[in-house]
Amino acid sequence: MYFLALKMLFNDKAKFFGIVMGVTLASLVITQQGSIFVGLMARTFGVITDMNYPDIWVMDRKVQFIDDTKPLTDTKLFEVRGVPGVASAVPLYKGMIRARMDNGLFQNCNLYGLDDSTLIGGPGEMIEGNLADLRMADSVIVDVEGATDKLARAGKKPGDPKIPLKIGDTLELNDHRAVVVGISRGSRTFQSQPNIFTTYSRAVTFAPKERKLLSFVLVKAEPGENLETLRARITERTGLAAYTADQFKLLTVNYFLKYTGIPINFGIAVSLGFIIGTLITGFMFYSFTIDNLKYLGTLKAMGTSDTTLMMMILLQALSVGCIGFGIGAGAATVFGISMGGTQLAFWITWQILVLSGGAVVIICMLAAMLSVRKVVALEPAVVFKG
Amino acid sequence: MTTAVPTQLGEADTLGGGGRKLAVRCRNVVKNYGTGTSVVRALRGIDLDVYEGELLMLVGPSGCGKTTLISVIAGVLDRDQGECTVFGQDFSAMNSRQRTRFRGQTIGFVFQSFNLIPTLTIAENVSVPLLLNGVNRHAALKKAKEMLDVVGLGQRVQDTPNRLSGGQQQRVAIARALVHDPRLIVCDEPTSALDHETGHKIVELLKGVAMSGNRSLVVVTHDNRIFDFADRIAHMDDGQVDKIVGSAKELYGPNMQSAQSGGGHS
Ligand SMILES: Nc1ncnc2c1ncn2[C@@H]1O[C@H](COP(=O)(O)OP(=O)(O)OP(=O)(O)O)[C@@H](O)[C@H]1O
Ligand SMILES: [Mg+2]
Repeated sequence: MYFLALKMLFNDKAKFFGIVMGVTLASLVITQQGSIFVGLMARTFGVITDMNYPDIWVMDRKVQFIDDTKPLTDTKLFEVRGVPGVASAVPLYKGMIRARMDNGLFQNCNLYGLDDSTLIGGPGEMIEGNLADLRMADSVIVDVEGATDKLARAGKKPGDPKIPLKIGDTLELNDHRAVVVGISRGSRTFQSQPNIFTTYSRAVTFAPKERKLLSFVLVKAEPGENLETLRARITERTGLAAYTADQFKLLTVNYFLKYTGIPINFGIAVSLGFIIGTLITGFMFYSFTIDNLKYLGTLKAMGTSDTTLMMMILLQALSVGCIGFGIGAGAATVFGISMGGTQLAFWITWQILVLSGGAVVIICMLAAMLSVRKVVALEPAVVFKG
Repeated sequence: MTTAVPTQLGEADTLGGGGRKLAVRCRNVVKNYGTGTSVVRALRGIDLDVYEGELLMLVGPSGCGKTTLISVIAGVLDRDQGECTVFGQDFSAMNSRQRTRFRGQTIGFVFQSFNLIPTLTIAENVSVPLLLNGVNRHAALKKAKEMLDVVGLGQRVQDTPNRLSGGQQQRVAIARALVHDPRLIVCDEPTSALDHETGHKIVELLKGVAMSGNRSLVVVTHDNRIFDFADRIAHMDDGQVDKIVGSAKELYGPNMQSAQSGGGHS
């Protein structure tokens, strides 16, 4: 009977495609919006992702996310170095700086100051030049997005394409001369400002004069050291907050989840996909059942139990669910892959697939439940009515 | 062929008046639709026996309760009062699972509008009662094809119902009603969607194929041209069986010809 149930559905081509479309739409929207959401959220901690050196990030206790720097006094670096279990600790400056453009306009940039001797915390990947070139006078590395767009020079005539920054070009950062010695690429972050990397000591001379300039201390633990205990020890000895990279990412994501409208916006898109998918699927599936009510009644009269009919309907619902989910999630993945080189944030994770798969199961159950109610309530005697 | 069949109601539980075994025994069956002032008294105390191996036709004016009665007999509708047993079994003494099972094993259905599932092939349609009785799909299809052969559609097994004529579809329905070898077949107006000639052939087929062993047939019909196929005819009026006769002549008297052309009982 179950085989026939599937045939009944598949051979009703119009209804079948309609139902599958509903499920496809829902799983496509949920998967795609979910992945963009996760992609965007991952951008919030792109900087942390790129710096794979530190086991532990040390910072002011009030820091809520990666871009929320609360500078420390330089002496804190030495305090951290003194904590047992810390193999090495290097400073990281992270702040905003204004770059003056040829045309006299200013562009805000993120400035990173890396430990002078180790250059730890450097950009994700060098496209041109070497990280070590930062040891040359006035040198900076600019990320490729900034170099080709916001920091690029204007064309010769108005309307000409912008001329990207290249090695040897100079920039004016907060009235200091800087020479580009490399172009880098990092994970996209939530911020659209260009990223500029230089040494810690040069960064603090570029930066607006402030009493405290140390943003983070990046710690490498002794081999075999338990990170949780080390974290606790650092906090105890220095009074600073200490997080593993993953914890810091989570802190950052949670901040954005809590204080921005992003989750709500995506929540709305995802719910809309769910609701529209449910409506289309539910309606089409229900009308499929109604169309077949005469035959379901006939089957009932001929001796099909309610349980069997229920299982048949459930099987029909789940099979369109699987097909629709396969197409929808597949299309979302293809979409994500085809958008790979663009600005779009897209990160499909198994959690998203579980989420949209779960949504599809719920959609199918709702659709089936509507139909099952109708069929269970059906008097088999109706079969004799013309 | 009808003379030996008793026309009086039998008293015994399983044996009719003539010593023949009873397939269906109804006593004082009452069925009302609705409640209060809008109540429709569809069956007002039906007494009826159907013997094993007979073809009983149920006739009478529209709305007299024929469909209601075979629905009760076939166990798809609950009666309000009275007794009704099918091969000694009472549907109202069974739970819904047992009832469904008993229907699936014991009763074959033929409907006025065929009720074949349009998205399945006719062989698959015919295999349904076998599948419901636990036969595996392969064997069920094989048996279904054999049955379709019997009704003369062996060449069309892969067709869907809508590619067949009405008469052919009703043949499929008959194959479906017979394929699992049920002991009782109920047919509600099996010929009324067909032209007279086709209808005649269908009843001929029903009588020829279905009446084997001691299988019983209850056929509800308006179509007095097929009355001759009946072993007995039960006439209903206003929710009661008022006459049980051995032939159409007895029903309409010697002027049967005029009764037929007048269509007084349809
Ligand atoms: N589900 C129902 N609800 C209410 N009344 C009903 C229902 N089914 C049948 N009736 C009424 O019960 C009476 C008997 O109906 P039934 O269908 O048994 O008659 P019938 O002899 O089969 O008629 P026909 O020859 O037109 O098929 C009719 O008055 C009909 O209107
Ligand atoms: Mg009727």
